[in-house]
Amino acid sequence: MGQKEYLKNQQREVLQNCGLINPENIREYIARDGYQAMGRVLTSCQPQDVIEQIKKSGLRGRGGGGFPTGRKWEYAARAVNEDKYIICNGDEGDPGAFMDRSVMEGDPHAVLEGMVIAGYAIGAHRGYIYVRAEYPVAVERMELAIKQARELGLVGKNIFSSGFDFDIEVRLGAGAFVCGEETAMLNSIAGKRGEPRPRPPFPAVAGLFHKPTVINNVETLANVGRIFLKGPEYFAGIGTEKSKGTKVFALAGKINNTGLIEVPMGVTLRSIIFDIGGGIQKGRKFKAVLIGGPSGGCIPEDHLDAPIDYDSLLKLGAMMGSGGLIVMDESDCMVDIAKFFLEFTQDESCGKCTPCRVGTKRMHEILQRITIGEGKEEDISLLKRLAEDIRKSSLCGLGQTAPNPVLSTLRFFEEEYLAHIRDKHCPAGVCSRLVRFEIIPEKCTACSICARICPVEAISGEPKKPPYFIHQGICIKCGACQAKCPFSAIAKI
Amino acid sequence: MKSLEDLKKMKEETIQAMQLKEQPEPEYRVTVGLGTCGIAAGARAVYNAFVEEVNNRKIKYVTVVGTGCAGICKNEPLVEITGADGITYTYQNLTPEKAKAVTEQHLVQKKPVEAWLLATGRSLL
Repeated sequence: MGQKEYLKNQQREVLQNCGLINPENIREYIARDGYQAMGRVLTSCQPQDVIEQIKKSGLRGRGGGGFPTGRKWEYAARAVNEDKYIICNGDEGDPGAFMDRSVMEGDPHAVLEGMVIAGYAIGAHRGYIYVRAEYPVAVERMELAIKQARELGLVGKNIFSSGFDFDIEVRLGAGAFVCGEETAMLNSIAGKRGEPRPRPPFPAVAGLFHKPTVINNVETLANVGRIFLKGPEYFAGIGTEKSKGTKVFALAGKINNTGLIEVPMGVTLRSIIFDIGGGIQKGRKFKAVLIGGPSGGCIPEDHLDAPIDYDSLLKLGAMMGSGGLIVMDESDCMVDIAKFFLEFTQDESCGKCTPCRVGTKRMHEILQRITIGEGKEEDISLLKRLAEDIRKSSLCGLGQTAPNPVLSTLRFFEEEYLAHIRDKHCPAGVCSRLVRFEIIPEKCTACSICARICPVEAISGEPKKPPYFIHQGICIKCGACQAKCPFSAIAKI
Repeated sequence: MKSLEDLKKMKEETIQAMQLKEQPEPEYRVTVGLGTCGIAAGARAVYNAFVEEVNNRKIKYVTVVGTGCAGICKNEPLVEITGADGITYTYQNLTPEKAKAVTEQHLVQKKPVEAWLLATGRSLL
């Protein structure tokens, strides 16, 4: 694979500097037109114009929800208060997602520039970057970037002699998934327990320290400078009717080219997975792609040609999320995947509201029993009912979206659930309690390797007198015999 | 920095300073991917190997810098070597030992090590 081939179907806007410039040297960012947009905005635009331009660009939040950024800024700008805040949400917690980390590590000044412009637009003088402590490199580079920008007067008092002051500070999160939810994040930054609170009031009205606050995702803010540099029309010219610009995705899972990509909105998942991602590892068959992490959903082969934008993904029961794509192949069990993500949300639930705290636990228990062959026919309707209730009655986005992986796997892979429940069979051969190892008599040469490797002595036979035999009652389904058999004579059924 | 003019001046100065010169000796910029993905794959040791090797040989025409994730995380540690002719050679899966060999062959003898290359192309910088 040539690098050019890899970049062929991509359009690098947010990632234009990542992997090229030295992020620890502010001058290299400046050499690539860095801080020009901020300079122009501060010296020749009114805050209202800034908001208008962002609205005109059609930029929507890249953290998942896709709320129009211009409108968010407008609400905060309208709120009358001396103190307002800008928060950069760098608490990227979805398993398999690393877009924001890469932007913070590779182009930290683009984030700072976006924050200053946002601050100017709403009349804020202070910004916080909330980064999880598990991202030590991102934290280090962001802090260095702030220091360098401050030294040059690009952050601080009277920036570009415009009379506008803006300072930025990094706040570390301890890695709780719920702190990526905006109201929980506000509490965490204020030094309180990271628990969400009901909205309204929205942060744009009463946010950090009860002051008007705009919370934008790292990638959203990294887009801002570029919108002013190239013009809102340029940005609005990329993408689809309702989703403008580009989106960064992290490719993970059973895909050949794991890594970070950026494409215009509206390209298909098929193009991302097969043209850019190089298809599935080991020549296996594609099964589904999980988009949006634990809040998102699975998209099967049939829907791979749907364009990626906020609205069409919602229609498919998934969501853009922050942009993590986990690719699954035929060897992945969808019930097991749903169980994995529910285990994650159940673990990360803050426990404040009952539907999320207890509901996800119950759902996890049901999935658990399905995967060990103790599922009941009515479990499927029970799962759906619970999912609906949790979705409707949870306090914050974590709970409201937690059932999504279950619902979407049920929608597209119900027969796989039924196979577990009715036939006590895991078609992908993942759920260990539901698989059986058997010796294929025609292939067995009675070499006795399997019998010697078996940790529970479940295999018996006489050397040189094939076939050997696995005692199902003793077998613990560890798979050691299958891995070691030199003749591929052991099948997993 | 007081004005947009100052910023533009700094931009021009930096572009000048980053420009790789042909004279008296062709200059090189060695860019090591030091995102978390690169670091996890051992890029810090590769970076240190380049710095050490360049210092030990007292080579003055090579600048070694770190950069973020180029997106091809699978092939980390990635190292780009750009010459004064504006051509970038991208090496993949480097180790400290390979970094020393690349210094010798590419930066001293001016012969890129084809076997470890992922791609070549015009510099995007």
